[in-house]
Amino acid sequence: MINTHAVRIIYKHEMLRAWQSVMQSFVSPIISTVLYFVVFGSAIGGRIETVEDVSYGAFIVPGLMMLALLTQSVANASFGIYFPRFTGTIYEVLSAPISFIEILLGYVGAAATKSFLIGVIILLTAGFFVELNISHPLWMFGFLVLTCISFSLLGFIIGLWADDFEKLQLIPMLVITPLVFLGGSFYTIDMLPPAWQTVSLFNPVVYLVSGFRWSFYEVADVQVETSLFMVLLFTAICLLIIWAIFKTGYRLKQ
Amino acid sequence: MNPVISISNLSKVYANGHNALHNISLDVHAGEILALLGPNGAGKTTLISIICGIVNPSEGSVMVNGHDITHEYRVTRSMIGLVPQELTLGMFETVWETVCFSRGLFGKQPDPVYLQQVLKDLSLWEKKNSMIRTLSGGMKRRVLIAKALSHQPSVLFLDEPTAGVDVELRKEMWHLVTRLKESGVTIILTTHYIEEAEAIANRVAVISKGELLVVDDKQALKHKLGKRQMLIEMEQPLDSVPQSLSRWSLELSPEGIQLIYTYDSYSEHTGIAELLRAVDNAGLLIKDVNTSQSSLEDIFINLVNTE
Repeated sequence: MINTHAVRIIYKHEMLRAWQSVMQSFVSPIISTVLYFVVFGSAIGGRIETVEDVSYGAFIVPGLMMLALLTQSVANASFGIYFPRFTGTIYEVLSAPISFIEILLGYVGAAATKSFLIGVIILLTAGFFVELNISHPLWMFGFLVLTCISFSLLGFIIGLWADDFEKLQLIPMLVITPLVFLGGSFYTIDMLPPAWQTVSLFNPVVYLVSGFRWSFYEVADVQVETSLFMVLLFTAICLLIIWAIFKTGYRLKQ
Repeated sequence: MNPVISISNLSKVYANGHNALHNISLDVHAGEILALLGPNGAGKTTLISIICGIVNPSEGSVMVNGHDITHEYRVTRSMIGLVPQELTLGMFETVWETVCFSRGLFGKQPDPVYLQQVLKDLSLWEKKNSMIRTLSGGMKRRVLIAKALSHQPSVLFLDEPTAGVDVELRKEMWHLVTRLKESGVTIILTTHYIEEAEAIANRVAVISKGELLVVDDKQALKHKLGKRQMLIEMEQPLDSVPQSLSRWSLELSPEGIQLIYTYDSYSEHTGIAELLRAVDNAGLLIKDVNTSQSSLEDIFINLVNTE
């Protein structure tokens, strides 16, 4: 039987941590997004008026949301599990009568919730700058939730793998941010030369941004079903890696 | 009587090849205080970490109240409380929040009345709303104990509970451990302070280099491995032990002023009377006579050094 008390208490504990540092958790990503809006929306938007009949300011909203969701999911989840490992308080979680699935539900659930809230706040903030049109709200919600979960899982893996603060920052800085910027957050793939279009298809973020943007404006670089499949595949890979980590006790149990 | 914890042929080899435990077998009885005594790096923490689920065993098995720690970990872990050696606490939460977290983690319904009693017993109630980072080292140690007791365990592991604490707090801890034992909790504590084991334990297990050297009742251990000595102080120093006293295998102190006789005080015939007569017959003048019983510390040092 599942230890619901444990899942709830880990979840609550992690969420409480976010509220205790509300500036860092919520205000900071929103300010960053608003700045992106000002720079990309106003400066570049002045030169590119529309992309596929969507105003440039509105066009970049899904990309901006993805940028925040991906970085925040990874940061929240990786820090959430790394910090108790760093301080040694992880002993309590490991010695408690809880399964690895319950640990995962608690930590990743909280990280994904935080990212989801950030995504919603950014969406509402964007509404003040541009006119938003969400053509497929269910798909939008689905992509939003799946992205929060899948990248929180990735963050959890990073938090387990890292054995110092530098490694904790390494993947988000050197991998996630470049992939998001090169993943069509601020442009469509067909704006690139043909060779780079092919290269872009190896970037998983392209599928996320494309699917998410399609749910807003029905504008996509790849088929929405392909985007969904890629997100689900990415989630499955992350789950598989975490399962292997728990099975072997890597970085957790000696 | 069935043991609360039954350890069978337990071994642990770490990934770096370090052989931390070698074929340990040990039973812990209900309601006792067992002291795991051993020098630093002996394998004490590894042993309790395996039982608590923090470290995976390489070989062997551990049963807690008849349940296997690997296959029935939910049952075994819910019975166990662990107080770690290091002051590992989340610094940005209050005492109350952290004990509530611990209780929830072990799948227990919130019980503010019980937790209040735990904090009061540990003189922490006044500090319940204090952030942990503001507490003294002794207070933090007590918070760790409160966390371990938050889910009402029947077995409590204390990993060097008095390491680095002052004498007053150490005595306080001993009282606390004794009180817990009286309430029916089985206690296993690791320590390298022999006086701690001597003061509060019922049984002592000595571990060195990953091997269990001996485990026995504290008094029985002193009986079996301890020795009694009689020190005969002379008026005049001697150059050597006289030939007429050779049957007693006496030692001479470095200054030549004491004859040391080691004997078994539990044997029917200690030979003390004959020795004293023989000393007198040898024309030696006795100034003073003292006897002493070897302490657990002597036994411990002797065991570890022999190993």
